[in-house]
Amino acid sequence: MKLLTHNMLTSKCIRGVNVGYPLVINIIRNMKLFTHNMLTTKCKKGVLVGYPLNIKASDIRISSVDFNPDFISKIIPKIDWPVLYSAAESIGHSENLPKEAPPEDYETNEDFLKIAHKALLEVEVVHGELVCPESGRKFPINNGIPNMLLNEDEI
Amino acid sequence: MSRPEHLAPPEIFYNEDEAKKYTQNSRIMEIQEQMSERAIELLLLPEDSPCFLLDIGCGSGLSGSVLEDNGHYWVGIDISTAMLEIAVQREVEGDLLLTDMGQGCPFKAGAFDGAISISALQWLCNADKSHHKPVQRLYKFFSTLYACLSRSARAVLQFYPENGEQMELVTSQAMKAGFYGGVVVDYPNSTKAKKFFLVLMTGGNVPLPQGLGTESQSGGIDYARRERVKNQRGKPMKNSKQWILDKKERRRKQGKEVPHHSKFTGRKRSGRF
Repeated sequence: MKLLTHNMLTSKCIRGVNVGYPLVINIIRNMKLFTHNMLTTKCKKGVLVGYPLNIKASDIRISSVDFNPDFISKIIPKIDWPVLYSAAESIGHSENLPKEAPPEDYETNEDFLKIAHKALLEVEVVHGELVCPESGRKFPINNGIPNMLLNEDEI
Repeated sequence: MSRPEHLAPPEIFYNEDEAKKYTQNSRIMEIQEQMSERAIELLLLPEDSPCFLLDIGCGSGLSGSVLEDNGHYWVGIDISTAMLEIAVQREVEGDLLLTDMGQGCPFKAGAFDGAISISALQWLCNADKSHHKPVQRLYKFFSTLYACLSRSARAVLQFYPENGEQMELVTSQAMKAGFYGGVVVDYPNSTKAKKFFLVLMTGGNVPLPQGLGTESQSGGIDYARRERVKNQRGKPMKNSKQWILDKKERRRKQGKEVPHHSKFTGRKRSGRF
């Protein structure tokens, strides 16, 4: 799931939830991979750097998407910026993202558009879960696909 | 024609075997692509500007690929895990969500510039579980869809209504949710090529576009009827020139490919041949 989609997603389809926004992203770390990783990288150099990156790779994927400045500058007014920032921060990919709001000249600021492009379209959550801020309902993300199906009693 | 929605609920009907058809069967893929192209045409998106679209019932992402080819970004929702797995394997660019459209579209207000749906809406008309109420599910779907579209956006939903009542039910619920618009029928004279597109508009009542293969709609109807009455009195003899011309005209109306008319059409070969 891309952060652009996360920015648009709510859980208001659950009965009794009024806003249901923003959803919290939790990343479940794969314990087996974790131990595996510890064991293999220990004998190598640069353990400290190698280990957290490898662990993240099982949960978050960086894919390459063609950069389209027109689309990014068109979509920015629709983005809830603090939500995007906190989502990116929670998964550890908030590099260079402005905290509060995009700069005034975002339409022409190529560097900023590239940063926004990376955060919105290239960072993908592969395994993890989304948590509804109001009801605490968890939606699992498997293989990059969030499962938003509700049970009979929640509709 | 058998109707899959009578066999099983969508999340069960679209299993691995059925999903595989959507990557291997070139006929299914071609039809899906054609319908997606037509749906995009009916969306009337601003030219040369990439849009953010919602694909309802995206399945294996065939319609999404067409959106990508047109330079748009999309998010797809579907209820079948098997179909979504295929979409992941095909490495589509859009993001995928496992959602039941009858439970509503889980997006914030004004998120999308438009929505398309290919052959999904008819599934909502069936009650697959004891707590399903088609009218409520349709209304929930349309009202949440209305909310997540930006103003002046359109939604084009291609579907296979089982009968007139079903079409009436779907359109009335869409109107109740606040949409303007109606059904555009392509090739109404053909049973096979006939396609229904529910074109829904959020801003203002704009006249509906015309369906394909309905050129002689205004003024021509009376004339055509008179012609038909005349023909019923004495049908042209089989294999005669008039018979061939009539048949070609009929097939042209059905949207089929027909050789053009020339001075040789329906003419006997000379004895020398």
